[in-house]
Amino acid sequence: MFGPLVGKPGSSKNNKTGSWRSFSKPKFLQKECIACGLCKLICPEGCIEGKEKNTYRSDYLYCKGCGLCAYICPKKDIQMIKEQE
Amino acid sequence: MRQFIEGSFAVAEAVKLCKPGVISAYPITPQTHIVERLADFVASGELNAQFVNVESEHSAASVVLGAVATGVRVFTATSSQGLIYMSEVLFNIAGMRLPVVMVCANRALSAPINIWNDQQDAVSLRDSGWIQLYAENNQEAFDYTLQAYKIAENHKIMLPVMMNMDGFILTHGMETVDVSEQELIDKFLPPYQAPYKLDIENPMSFGLLGDPSLYLETRYALQKTLDDTLALIPQVGKEFASIFGRNGLDLVESYCLDDAKIAIVSMGSVCGTIKDYIDQERAKGKPIGLLKIISFRPFPKEAIFNALKNMSKVLVLDKSISLGNEGPLYTEVKSLFANKKPKINGFVAGLGGRDITLQTIKDMVAIGKKSDTRCEFLGLKEGLLKEEFYVS
Repeated sequence: MFGPLVGKPGSSKNNKTGSWRSFSKPKFLQKECIACGLCKLICPEGCIEGKEKNTYRSDYLYCKGCGLCAYICPKKDIQMIKEQE
Repeated sequence: MRQFIEGSFAVAEAVKLCKPGVISAYPITPQTHIVERLADFVASGELNAQFVNVESEHSAASVVLGAVATGVRVFTATSSQGLIYMSEVLFNIAGMRLPVVMVCANRALSAPINIWNDQQDAVSLRDSGWIQLYAENNQEAFDYTLQAYKIAENHKIMLPVMMNMDGFILTHGMETVDVSEQELIDKFLPPYQAPYKLDIENPMSFGLLGDPSLYLETRYALQKTLDDTLALIPQVGKEFASIFGRNGLDLVESYCLDDAKIAIVSMGSVCGTIKDYIDQERAKGKPIGLLKIISFRPFPKEAIFNALKNMSKVLVLDKSISLGNEGPLYTEVKSLFANKKPKINGFVAGLGGRDITLQTIKDMVAIGKKSDTRCEFLGLKEGLLKEEFYVS
């Protein structure tokens, strides 16, 4: 007998890891952004999108709120804010 | 002082109050908050200890093994894959008779990867020679951690203790915890005095070859000492109660068992849910009770037998499984009643964090009343099971 053993590629998208977030989430201020892309590269969930300056954003459906994007941003253009804000 | 804190922080407070000299750990969900908080205490100077960062759980266990052998109090914590990765060292710690205290935030084992709670990790290491305690709530996690050192460091025992708390349910759950004053802890737990240690003035070796002429005796001594621990655990619990004014450790806890006909047996946080269920049933006049196993190793045979011998039915709820056989707690409880009444029934539930709700307990009792079970899985989704290999 087999259980639900093998998933099709991309099935991890079914796991909405945003529900794991507690306390805080990143806010992309989109003011000082130089489009260096560090936030996108460091995000362990791969849930940050953006190309041009001041267009980067995080997908809260998947963002776990780890804060690495805010930590790495050289322009301090990402802030961790309380979940309710 | 009473604090509203998560279980991980309650344990970190307890460890800080026990003043370990060396802490080593590797991060793993859902244990990480414990050692993160301890690292904060060390960094801020609140705890005068060496915090050793390592590259793996195998090394974390090895560091505390080496450190405790020099006569210093130590702490580590882990979970799931980390515990299994440590397992080689864990058998060594017990075999070398070293009083390490470790907290295991219980979590399922891969594969499939699952970070959620069950008790498969710790239960899989039940044969390692470690004493295993299971906490039901955050206060117990705090209290059992303090008492773990007292048991481990007893000169007649000198064995490691694994204090188990259910991952997320306790580690990340907020509860009011009475975080006792340092003064009381110092009264209860004096500094560790090693009866033997690594010392350049008096050289000694640990973990040498034990050939067939003497290995058997080292195992016999471990077995005898774990038997002795059965007597020590309630004794330490009584001493704890007299100093702290709240219940201390015991081997088992009976809840509404005196006049019960049906008994549920389980361990860890699910016992809280079962107690709620029993309260509901008792209000309706149903004679049902709970036997909570606190010490899984050593296994308190006599206490369990005496608590259950007058029942007409016993339902054992495991949050782990010995694949190819049945729930391990069920096997062990059943073994006490070979050819004797009551009939012991086995259930497996909550693997990989599947919630065990009041309804789950109701279903279990309904099945148990109707039929005899050995390894009944509760809450199975039949639709996910196929006879043939398939891709979901």
